[in-house]
Amino acid sequence: MTTQSVQSAVGAPDLNPMLPQTFRVRKVINDTYDTFTLELTPSHGGAEVSFRPGQFNMLYLYGVGEVPISISGDPSRGNVLVHTTRAVGTVTKVMSKLKVGDLIGVRGPYGTAWPVEEAVGNDVVIIAGGIGLAPLRPALYHILSHRTKYGKVVLLYGTRTPSDILYRKDLEQLRSRFDLEVHVTVDRAMGTWRGNVGVVTNLIPKAPFDPTNTVAMVCGPEIMMRFTVLGLQKRGVALDSIYLSLERNMKCAVGFCGHCQFGPLFVCKDGPVFRYGQVREFLNKREI
Amino acid sequence: METLERYVAEHPFFAGMSEKHIQLIVGCASNVKYDAGQQIDRAGMEANTFFLVRQGRVAVEIVNPTSGPITIQTVGDGDVLGWSWLFPPYIHHFDSKALDLTRAIALDGKCLRQKCDADHELGYELFKRFAQIMEQRIASTRLQLMDLYK
Repeated sequence: MTTQSVQSAVGAPDLNPMLPQTFRVRKVINDTYDTFTLELTPSHGGAEVSFRPGQFNMLYLYGVGEVPISISGDPSRGNVLVHTTRAVGTVTKVMSKLKVGDLIGVRGPYGTAWPVEEAVGNDVVIIAGGIGLAPLRPALYHILSHRTKYGKVVLLYGTRTPSDILYRKDLEQLRSRFDLEVHVTVDRAMGTWRGNVGVVTNLIPKAPFDPTNTVAMVCGPEIMMRFTVLGLQKRGVALDSIYLSLERNMKCAVGFCGHCQFGPLFVCKDGPVFRYGQVREFLNKREI
Repeated sequence: METLERYVAEHPFFAGMSEKHIQLIVGCASNVKYDAGQQIDRAGMEANTFFLVRQGRVAVEIVNPTSGPITIQTVGDGDVLGWSWLFPPYIHHFDSKALDLTRAIALDGKCLRQKCDADHELGYELFKRFAQIMEQRIASTRLQLMDLYK
């Protein structure tokens, strides 16, 4: 990696939001065969990195390009930024080859957050599909570190196969807690898998939460989220208590370029986390 | 019989069913238990039973000769297993195997079909419930086929 001297934007919103700050790779975790997690720290020390659960950063690989990636770490770990992504495009494929000590540009954090404060006093159901678990993990960390403020907390996670399960060790640990329900399902399985098989929406009818007193946070492929909303609605969860994180092609991340326009909204600055009612009429529109 | 009647009446599948119909259904019901790993049904065998799972988990599988069994779905507490008994030629399409110790109510399909023929109201109530399950499973299967997380 080349090193460049750039100014900080992370954690300092008064600076030019288009300028990345250099971070150094502290740790690389290969979560699955195509998904990896980077732990980053500011390359020159400096201020603590603060973000709200659900926000994202623009990660910049010098000479390759820039991509929006959700923050997947614990918001209370102020000195480390954690990002999980799949190696699918030009930038993320190169990113997957980063090693400890390499430099990367970061600008952000951007966007709206999961309603962890609004959910206080309610049951919380977190529903994730595939890599959608990554942006929900900070919300889960926050809720668990303030556990007494919430009612029942349920995590429903669906993914493709057992080998695609993200944060497997974390999930195993979380399952052993008495104050959290974790249910995992895969779309298909062979061999030794003894867990659930079926789509994540199948888990909703039996999940232990009070639908009249529940905030739902959902992230995954858009089709999965549409069916999840139907499942939650069928269960009796108020539509205004359902929050989704959307994904669109982003470039500037600050509402200048219009790449991520979603009806009258910009996913980068009005989202990525939306109350369902905000996006309901646009989700089924093919033209958007 | 009293316990069996309570289990049938309390199972989510029969929620809202009249007492008269519950009595008719209980006449075709029995309690069953499968140990973890025990085979319940095999594809190609005659299908004369369906199950209301009370507790446990069952894998619905299809066997590919080159790669072994593939689990296409699991069902658990409160779910229904099997509808091949509803349609001729009453043959199982898939294997099913208990993943955990599974307790269920087995319903004799032949017995129920006869009762549905004699009491169309019972048949309608039963088919309404199965239609809902089929709708859910078709929607789930379509989502699975889309391979959304690829």
